Amino acid sequence: MLSRVAEHLYWMARYMERAEGLARLVNVNSNLVLDLPRSVTFGWEPLIAITGSEPAFFELYDEMDEKSVTRFLIADRRNPGSILSCIQNARENLRSTRDLVPREAWEQVNDLYLHAYDRLRGGIAKSKRYDFLRGVIHSSQLLNGLLDGTMSHDEAYEFIRMGRNLERADVTTRILDVRSADLLPGRREELTPFENIQWMSVLKSLTAYQMYRQNVRVRVRGADVLRFLLQDREFPRALHFCLDQVEACLHDLPRNDAPLRSVTRLQRKVQEADVPELADEGLHEFSDQIQLELGQVHEQISNTYFLLDRAA
Amino acid sequence: MAIDWKDYDPGIFYDELISSPGNSRKAARELCKRLRQLSDEELLERRDAAELAIIVMGITFTVYTEGGSIDRAWPFDIIPRIIPRREWEKTEAGLRQRVQALNMFIEDMYHDQRIIADGRFPRELIETSRNFRPECVGVEPPLNTWAHICGSDLIRGNDGKFYVLEDNLRVPSGVSYMLENRHVMKRVFPEVFEHQNILPVDDYPAQLFDMLASMSPRPMDYPVVAVLTPGIYNSAYFEHAYLAQQMGVELVEGRDLMVGEDECVYMRTIEGLTRVDVVYRRIDDWFLDPEEFNPDSVLGVPGLMRAWRAGNVGLANAPGAGVADDKLVYAYVPEMIRYYLDQDPVLDNVPTWVCIDDKEREHVLANLDKFVVKPANESGGYGMLMGPFASKKEREEFAGEIRKNPRNYIAQPLINLSTTPTIDGHGKVAPRHVDLRPFILSGDDIAVTTGGLTRVALKSGSYVVNSSQGGGSKDTWIVDTGKK
Repeated sequence: MLSRVAEHLYWMARYMERAEGLARLVNVNSNLVLDLPRSVTFGWEPLIAITGSEPAFFELYDEMDEKSVTRFLIADRRNPGSILSCIQNARENLRSTRDLVPREAWEQVNDLYLHAYDRLRGGIAKSKRYDFLRGVIHSSQLLNGLLDGTMSHDEAYEFIRMGRNLERADVTTRILDVRSADLLPGRREELTPFENIQWMSVLKSLTAYQMYRQNVRVRVRGADVLRFLLQDREFPRALHFCLDQVEACLHDLPRNDAPLRSVTRLQRKVQEADVPELADEGLHEFSDQIQLELGQVHEQISNTYFLLDRAA
Repeated sequence: MAIDWKDYDPGIFYDELISSPGNSRKAARELCKRLRQLSDEELLERRDAAELAIIVMGITFTVYTEGGSIDRAWPFDIIPRIIPRREWEKTEAGLRQRVQALNMFIEDMYHDQRIIADGRFPRELIETSRNFRPECVGVEPPLNTWAHICGSDLIRGNDGKFYVLEDNLRVPSGVSYMLENRHVMKRVFPEVFEHQNILPVDDYPAQLFDMLASMSPRPMDYPVVAVLTPGIYNSAYFEHAYLAQQMGVELVEGRDLMVGEDECVYMRTIEGLTRVDVVYRRIDDWFLDPEEFNPDSVLGVPGLMRAWRAGNVGLANAPGAGVADDKLVYAYVPEMIRYYLDQDPVLDNVPTWVCIDDKEREHVLANLDKFVVKPANESGGYGMLMGPFASKKEREEFAGEIRKNPRNYIAQPLINLSTTPTIDGHGKVAPRHVDLRPFILSGDDIAVTTGGLTRVALKSGSYVVNSSQGGGSKDTWIVDTGKK
């Protein structure tokens, strides 16, 4: 398959996954804010931190209140990382490669974009937000299901799966990093009564709460949550699982040496992490490390499969 | 209130479905009956369903002038245009004959130029042709075929006869819409297909692939075919992607291809470099290869012409095929048919005056209010004068242009395009003018689409059917009414 096409499919999947991740994040935060006491005012800032978009945000808005943050993250086209921009990018990437995916998949993404564009034109009312975000999540899930069920699991599919899982790993790491910063020692005293709901919210951002309860079977505690989201082999948003997927994709692709090496190295690092210690300190540095290496995996994939033409 | 065909009056025009108010033509009888049984609401519901299907299916086209928004939903009318099978078979024979002569003409132009030597075609037309490519002289393309895909525009006059208006031999587009129109119709009008014999159209992609494969320089292997597109911002991108998908071949852009030191064409894939045997290029000659044509082209592939001349890659249509896609050359097609095939043309041209000829030009200038004047090398309906509808000032300005550059213009009488029932802006059925673009494939065999793309001018009284200028399209049915 064409290098250019592989690249588009890979990015399409990343953007769709990114949109879905953002939608989950905003939804869960809306709930969390309602549960926390007024004295705990971190409110909406963490979302901007998670997406790493402070500078971009402050170029466009003054205050990190609910209205500005949700607008920025959901509907603002000027923010290249907003849900709307992600959906648009996913569509643009798919547009030029739609001869490779089942027609329904293109229809799905096209439809999602037209719908989102239409509904978000004038921003989005708080009362409609939940439904809209749920729609985005469903769309993304539907797309994954459609591709899984109707597209040959060929190389094109592997690039989609690889993009999706790398992005998922990225989202999970970001959420862990920022969310746990609020939860780690130092602020513990003040927050204790609410610590539990916050860890729960971390899980819920990743729809991991139910699966966590089934698997861990003890009350929600920081170290266990970390272990679950980093090292669980079976939960599809856990880092370990995502990296396994990327590795499996690469096994089916030609010339996979370099990218495969970078994934296995990262996988080892995740598996060998001393979680209880991380829960006490060093999580932020650890997350940074993981982010960096995820970037390297991407670079290896890109150099091997996408940029080959420039070297030829 | 349902449709009352007695209220439908095409006036002086030949109508495709209705022979006189209240009477439908034989092949259209079944359809007209079914349409009459629908209430106004039901009819509009079907129309809305079709519109929705088009948006959801992502059937789009792009308009160049609209900067920001890059695609628009394809305008479509749900009442099909119907041609009886027997009439179509004759038309098809005419198209085959025409395309065969055109290919022989192009081959002749790049070799011996016999037709000129024999005094049957003026030399100066070739010498001044913008589409004659000296780079192609002496090249022997596979099967001696140059125009593998031709889209000829047919119109029907008041006399009910088909005339050829022009032949598009460079990168004719529209065939995907022909195929998609049928899909949309089957979605919204499934029941009308059950009760009559409407010939299918969906064989085209398979025929196209076979034709392309027949040009492969490596006939022993399974040929690698690619569709070369300028990219997603091209007005016909939808079609490029569609055809590639339907044929199961790669859709490539210039940057996906390269020419190796062995003068073979390769595409850049995740496996590395893969040899390409045939390129169905949807890029104009001028942008095809920056080494030989426009040096600034980023759409093309450096070295592609070298590879083609070396016989290492098949190109469809062949570079230089556009030499016959010139409205001046068009005027001589009947003569080509007589010269190369020794036959009388089955299909007539629209009578054409060429402004390069002093006598004909004077006649045109003296009667500008009766003529449609067209530039020889534009497509899409740009840059033409509709004499009968133009103001005096417009005509005078145009006359100046013709005098300045007579080679660039031809003139034709205004043909009263036939009409066909169409849903208008108020949800009523009214006559609208149509043309027809069938597509002809030439490989080891010649294949013609079953019908073609019917384009319709959606504005009342308008003759402009181009989608870029307010035209729409319809499904085209070739209906077998049984007994001969």
